[in-house]
Amino acid sequence: MLEIKNLVVQIEDKRILNGLNLTVSKGEIAAIMGPNGSGKSTLSYVIAGKEDYEILDGEILLDGQNLLEMEPDQRAAAGVFLAFQYPLEIPGVGTMTFLKAALNAQRKARGDDELSTPDFIKQVNAAAAKLEMPKDMLKRALNVGFSGGEKKRMEILQMALLQPSFCILDETDSGLDIDALRIVSEGVNSLRSPDRSFLVITHYQRLLNHIVPDTVHVMHGGRIVRTGGKELALELEANGYADYREEEAA
Amino acid sequence: MADVTLMKTPAETALAQAFESAKTTLPGNAESRAQAFEQFNLRGLPHRRVEEFKYTDLRALLREIAPFAGVPTADETKVALQGSKAFSNVAALQVPFVNGHFVREAVDFHNLPEGIELVPLREALADGHEWLAHLSPVPWASDNPVYQLNTSFMADGVMIRVAGSVETPVHLRFVTAAASAVATATRVLVVVEEGSSFTLIESHESTDGANHQPNDVVEMLVGDRTNVQHVRQNAEGDRTLALSTLALKIGSEAVFNSINVVTGAATSRHQVYAILNGENTNLRVNGATMLKGTQHGDSTLVVEHNALHCESRELFKTVVDDEATGVFQGKIIVPHHAQKTDGRMMSAALLLGENAAMNNKPELEIFADDVQCAHGATCGQLDEDLLFYLMARGLPKKEAESLLVQAFLGEAIEFVENESAREALVGTVESWLKART
Repeated sequence: MLEIKNLVVQIEDKRILNGLNLTVSKGEIAAIMGPNGSGKSTLSYVIAGKEDYEILDGEILLDGQNLLEMEPDQRAAAGVFLAFQYPLEIPGVGTMTFLKAALNAQRKARGDDELSTPDFIKQVNAAAAKLEMPKDMLKRALNVGFSGGEKKRMEILQMALLQPSFCILDETDSGLDIDALRIVSEGVNSLRSPDRSFLVITHYQRLLNHIVPDTVHVMHGGRIVRTGGKELALELEANGYADYREEEAA
Repeated sequence: MADVTLMKTPAETALAQAFESAKTTLPGNAESRAQAFEQFNLRGLPHRRVEEFKYTDLRALLREIAPFAGVPTADETKVALQGSKAFSNVAALQVPFVNGHFVREAVDFHNLPEGIELVPLREALADGHEWLAHLSPVPWASDNPVYQLNTSFMADGVMIRVAGSVETPVHLRFVTAAASAVATATRVLVVVEEGSSFTLIESHESTDGANHQPNDVVEMLVGDRTNVQHVRQNAEGDRTLALSTLALKIGSEAVFNSINVVTGAATSRHQVYAILNGENTNLRVNGATMLKGTQHGDSTLVVEHNALHCESRELFKTVVDDEATGVFQGKIIVPHHAQKTDGRMMSAALLLGENAAMNNKPELEIFADDVQCAHGATCGQLDEDLLFYLMARGLPKKEAESLLVQAFLGEAIEFVENESAREALVGTVESWLKART
């Protein structure tokens, strides 16, 4: 279970998160929607542990562990996974080398033995087949020369291999065509489990037709301003975020 | 500004005395040695006001001259070679040098690989061997003070002639392992006959704790339609001051690939001087340098395109940690007649330490009008976003950094054709990263 209490975050003197409270239960899929600049991506980076942010107040607990005291790699080993909005290209680092290093680093941090190479390759191939990934993608440098859709698939592949307990999807639907959206969503849905929670950040209701959330939160001005069921996403799609903007103006 | 006449430093005086006493005992033509030393002595040790040595002030760095090493005993040789680890996984004809002296017992002269002839330089100098005419293939290298010192003091070395396709690589293994500091001046000449192909491996090691001063020259006269792969590693001890020169004169339609991976020495300056002397030749000179502590590593490169339609690619990667200093000076010269030249030179440095420094000086000197030449230099730190991405996947910071540094240096190393040699170099990078604190 993830609990965020009164989180206040700024970057270069600009307040981005403003006393944010959020709870995501085990097995829950929570969606966060909100206009541009409402702080959605910042929230995802702060949970994953990016350095650039100044945490002024609040706490983030994952199954009772204080994430804010941990380095990004420790958070990953504790179960956090952020699927990046813009996955980075890393020239010279082979995809398989990277996947193996990541998997074994996490196993090591948890006190497990390293995976043997044949077992590792078997796991990667199985996960890649599910995501309809061409095999040559795995032979290239990480994300280098990948299309937007391929990069997102690679994120989901990593998620499938690393088996995190808390997954954040940061606008995973951006840049995806209809087919890629279906494949990626199926990949995510196949990872749904009573032990795994998801935080799905998106602008559009479209993704939520494929990955159906248990709860929908509206974020605005650096906090959650409304919470509801999946029907809330449809309402937002129909009315836009104008209501929240007026509130702010008033 | 008026010329300033500098006082002779104690090191320069010591060099003059060393030359006086050595010139009668060193083998070969005393006159050419005397000429080289005179040229050196005229200007003395190069200092920071000499453009080529601006970043590596030998006058300031060479305070004391170590005595030139004598011929090691059989025991010393054995111990030295046992301690040498470079490219131990690569099957090659071993041509070792201990304390600057060729270990002739290590070579079975009756069973050399087909296409290889080998002559000890000491004997060749004494007999006036005909191949001596091929020494100093790059005329302007003779103007370089480091090269002049080697010519003045060269005591030993080998001359190798390659004819035909030689499968077995030749490994020049330089080891300096005297108990106290010594200077060495070794010279190797390789003549690669027309149409030949072969691989030359070079390693340079010395013991820790002594201020050794090796000054080695390897020069190659490379014929037309040849294919030469040159793989070199400099892994000297922690107090060594290493000077070296690689001088290349390459004929037409040749392919020459070279890499030098540097991790060693307190101070090093590795010079590459190349002349592309025939049309349609393709030269690649790469470097991968890793520096830490207070190391100073200088890679200096001059490539002269002296014929039509030649292509050269120079890629130097330098990783500088702690308070170390890296230097890259590269120059491509294209005279009037070398039209259709295609030359590209790149130096990229990665600063890992907060007090690390890099001096990049790429230059083009172009007199022809129909050429494609480019140079670039970058200097930066590891990308924070990439580090975060890797850490967010569970890699601890140091491991994430290592992966990025390996990728950075890998670009310079990946072309090495000899698989075992490439693995050895990749292993060098890995061990260097592992030793980082």
